[in-house]
Formats: sequence, structure tokens, C-alpha cells
Amino acid sequence: MSFFKAENLAIYFGGVKAVDGVNFEINQGECFTIIGPNGAGKTTIFNLISRIYDSTEGTMTFDGQDITKVPPHAIASLGIARTFQNIELFEHASVLQNLLVGRHCHSKTRLLSELAFLPSVRKAEVAHREKVEEIIDFLDLQHYRESLIMNLPYGVRKVVELGRALCTEPRLILLDEPSSGLNVEETQDMSFWIDDIKKDLGITVLMVEHDMGLVSEVSDQVLVLNYGRMLAFGSPQDVQNDPEVIKAYLGE
Amino acid sequence: MRFLFKTDYDQDIRIAKHSGYYWSYGLLLLIVFAAPFFLEGYYIGQMTQLYIIAMAGVGLMLLAGYTGLVSLGHAAFFGIGAYTEAVLTSNGVPLPFMDEPVVFPFFLSMPLAAIFAALAGVAIGVPVLRLTGIYLAIATFAFALVIEEILSRWESVTNGYTGLLVESLYVGDLELTDGAPFYFLCLGLLIVVLLMSINLLRSPTGRAMMAIRDSEISAQSMGVNLARVKTTAFALSAGVTGLAGALFAHKLGFLSPESFTVFQSLELLVLVVVGGIGSLHGAIFGAIFVLALPQGLAILKDYLPTSIAETPGMEPFIFGLILVLVIIFEPYGIYGRWLKIKHYFQMFPVYKKATFKRQKAYMKSERLK
Repeated sequence: MSFFKAENLAIYFGGVKAVDGVNFEINQGECFTIIGPNGAGKTTIFNLISRIYDSTEGTMTFDGQDITKVPPHAIASLGIARTFQNIELFEHASVLQNLLVGRHCHSKTRLLSELAFLPSVRKAEVAHREKVEEIIDFLDLQHYRESLIMNLPYGVRKVVELGRALCTEPRLILLDEPSSGLNVEETQDMSFWIDDIKKDLGITVLMVEHDMGLVSEVSDQVLVLNYGRMLAFGSPQDVQNDPEVIKAYLGE
Repeated sequence: MRFLFKTDYDQDIRIAKHSGYYWSYGLLLLIVFAAPFFLEGYYIGQMTQLYIIAMAGVGLMLLAGYTGLVSLGHAAFFGIGAYTEAVLTSNGVPLPFMDEPVVFPFFLSMPLAAIFAALAGVAIGVPVLRLTGIYLAIATFAFALVIEEILSRWESVTNGYTGLLVESLYVGDLELTDGAPFYFLCLGLLIVVLLMSINLLRSPTGRAMMAIRDSEISAQSMGVNLARVKTTAFALSAGVTGLAGALFAHKLGFLSPESFTVFQSLELLVLVVVGGIGSLHGAIFGAIFVLALPQGLAILKDYLPTSIAETPGMEPFIFGLILVLVIIFEPYGIYGRWLKIKHYFQMFPVYKKATFKRQKAYMKSERLK
């Protein structure tokens, strides 16, 4: 039984077949990467998995459960977290508050007890904070705890977004271009973290990435998309030597 | 300068972050509680009105400032609260199994007024769930017009333009809705509303509201149920504004639909923006501004040449002008300016102007909507 499985996944926007009959399986504990030229449908697949879009056809199963029709806000509590290509952080809030929002799917306090801030709410808040501090330690964000996102440099925001996704305690994490906009050193850090997420935290990683150095360093399997269709699949080395892939990227 | 050494997570959760809070807010509380013993009746009335408007402002702030849903129709909730209070406490309401119409005591009628307004908030909040920005403003604006029309046409209940007399409330021999007792009632309720708002904002629902304000899409991916949190925000906001409306009914003593027009809604929006969007302090500062400006203008008129002073539409013009100027030069309003002044003194010799320099963001081009 595979951990995550997409069968015949498709979405059409009018006549545009953004994703067209894609099949793939992700095993627990691996790093699965989707690559492809611009407009290949990589981010669209992410938006399908996080249920922002309704798929036209096909099914998705996560850990034995059909998630094709699950409402988008319920995805996080099932154990799937994501980051965004163009950072979607809460700009007017501090790093700490952003990470605490990541704990939202685990909060069980009710509105009336929150309005009175009963001791149970306080206790839950401290428990969330402890979990958030673990992530802050993991990603070395201590220095930025109180800073507002709008005052942070791009590289740090990228890490905060990764941290926010980790705060949901996911079992599958979707990383949409984790290295975009990062310099060489930051990309190296990111690859260490992805490795740690996989090995130390035991979280399965699904990522979209363009930097082939990073891809071959951390991925176990690579899926290549072009115009919404599957072009190749295999280990990073196999894929890079595939003549079809070279053709799609470089042309003939 | 003050350095905070944090040794406990509770320090970040507490309302009073350091000992300075006890001094400054303690002093403020002392002043407002002692004020009616020193002030004349007129000023007590003005302060009471300030608390009522501030409470309505807090209501709109929860929605516009914290959830990012701009409402141009808050006068409607204000009006619903006011009329509910007036009807419940004056002639009474015929209820089943009762021979005579039931007149509610204030400790029941005021929560009921808030609940009615909150229900109206849900009624408008649910259909406009998918609207944001200008479209939401238009929808709430239309809602306010509808409510205004209902208030003027439903004559069997509201008396239409003839107006509705609001009875004074008594506890024993003490008249609750006038002078110092009413002052303390409004002040007490404002403090309760503020404390509840602070509590909300430091708990998961409040954070979810702010998350929706900044990025709906990622809030959703973090497990925030957009429909539920937005409806909650609408209900709370309308409920608080409705409670303020209930107090306002007693302040006016006589209700007519003209007291709850679009101009009122705009005034509340100006309050929120000029006070400082996204802060509870802003609601209080904004209320002071909204209350003081017409009086300031009235005084100013004496010194202006008649041709300018007597121009019709002078007041709305000044209101609009100030709104535009604030949005351009001080987007965080009076509270933003207050923070800067405070920062200047905290940092005294080494204050740098660049600390609050606004940065331009270039990252928003490809946002998912």
C-alpha cells in the first residue's frame, strides 16, 4: 500500500489541459520530486493535492484515505502541509504568530472559552508554543522570533514558511520550489533541512524544484512533467540522461 | 531603554508585558473612574458618548482591522442594536403564554440586542463569504440601505420617521441611563468588550482572523476554515456594534432612522482608519477623533470668513480630506504616530527615522487568488 497515490489525475481549465492523466505513487519516508519546464502543471498538482482546485478527473489517496473530495481546510489536519512558490506568509504578523497559525489545525479550544481566556486556553497556548519552539530550534530561527515578516529578507521568509508548514506536524510536506530566490549558501542549508526533515522527523517530502543540484542531492524519485503529461520517471540520474527530458528542456 | 528578559512562555501570553503596563494603564483607569466626580454633566455626557462610539469602533476593528473585511454597513448593526433595545425596554414585546407584553430588564435586553445584531451579522456574513475588498464594501453598503429602509417602513415596531421614545432605565430609585451611573455602565461594558477582544486576539480564532486578512490561501492550507472564521468575525463584530447601539439608544433617548444612515457607517470607517487600522488602541484614538472633530470644526467656524464657514458640506469635506491624508501619510493612523513618538523617547538619543520607513514589496505579482 503506497503512502500517497494519484491515479489518472486531471484538471482542465476550459480547453487547457493543465494536468492530464498523471499517475504517481509516493512511498513513506522518501523525497519525491516533480520537475518540468514552466507551465508543465507542477504547481497545479500541488494545488490539487491541497484541494484549492477540484480535479476534473482522477482520484488521490493519502494513507489509505480518499482525499479527492476533502474540503481544503481539512487537509492540514489529515497531515499534509505545504509551502508556496511566492511565499504566502502573514505579512503583518511576527514570525512567532505565523508559526502559531501553523498550529491551528491542532487547536481545540472553543470560541467562548477563548473570549474569557480560561485556564484551559492558556494551557493549550503554552503547549502550542512549546511545539513551535522545537521548530524554531530546528530551523535556527531564534533570532527572528519577534520580527515582523514584512521586515525580513527573502531568504529568511522562505525558512519561516517551511517552519510554518512543519508546525502543523505533517506526515507529508509539499515544498513548492524551496530554493527559488535563494543564494548558493541558503540553497545548501535548504538541502540539509530537507534531508533532516526526511530522516530525522520522518516526514515524507513531495517537492517541485528547478535546481537540479538540489534535486539530485535530496530526491529518491523524480517525475518529469511536460504540458501536463508525464514525460519520464525514475532516479535523478536516470531522468537527467533521458533523451525525452533533454528534448523538453533544451529543444531539438 | 527597557530590555525584557523572557524566562517563561507565559510572558508572551500575558496582557501586561512588563511593569510599565500597570503604571500607565492603572493611571488611565484611575483617571476615567475618577472623572465623573470632577467633571460637569456636559463632559460626563461627552465621555459616555466617547465610550459608546469606541465600542462600535472596536466592533468594526475586529472585522475591518483584524479580519480584513471592510464593511460599509456597520450603522445597520448599530441601528439593529439600538432599536432592539428600545423595543424590548419600552412598550415590551408580546410573547406567547403571557397576558401582557413583556418589558425586559436591561441586563437581559442589552445581551439580546447584541445577539440580534450578531444574528444580522451572520445573515449578511454568510452570503458575502466569497467577496473581498470593494465588492464586500458594496454588498455591506447595500445591506445597510436595506436595514435603513426597514427601520423607516416597519412602522408597527419602529414608528418610522415619527420616531421611537426610549424609556429611561431604573435600578430601584437610581436612574441608570443618565449622568454618572450611565457613564460607569458604558465604561464597564467597554472595558469588558476590550478585554474579550484582547483575549480573542491572543487565541487561535483571533490568529486565524489575522491569517485570513494577510493571506486567505495559506490560512486555508494551515487548516483555517475560512467560512467559519469569517462568519464568526462578522457575528462578533456585529454583536459588539449592536451592544454599542443599545447603549446609544439610551444616550439619544429618541430613535429615528435618520440616526443610522450611511453617513454613520462612513464615520465608523473613518474612525477605524484614522485611529489606526489593526489595533484596538486605534479604535479608542479614532473615537476621540470622530467625536472631537465636529466640535473642533464648530469652534473653527467662528474664526473663518463667513463665505467659507457657511459653505454647505464643509464637515464631510474635512472628514474626507483627513481620511485621504491619513491613508497617504500615516497608514497606521493616530496609533501608528503614537508608536513612533513612543519609540522616539524610548530610543532617545539614537532614534533613526529609517526605523519606520515603509518598504515596497515586489513579491505580490503572482499571488493565487
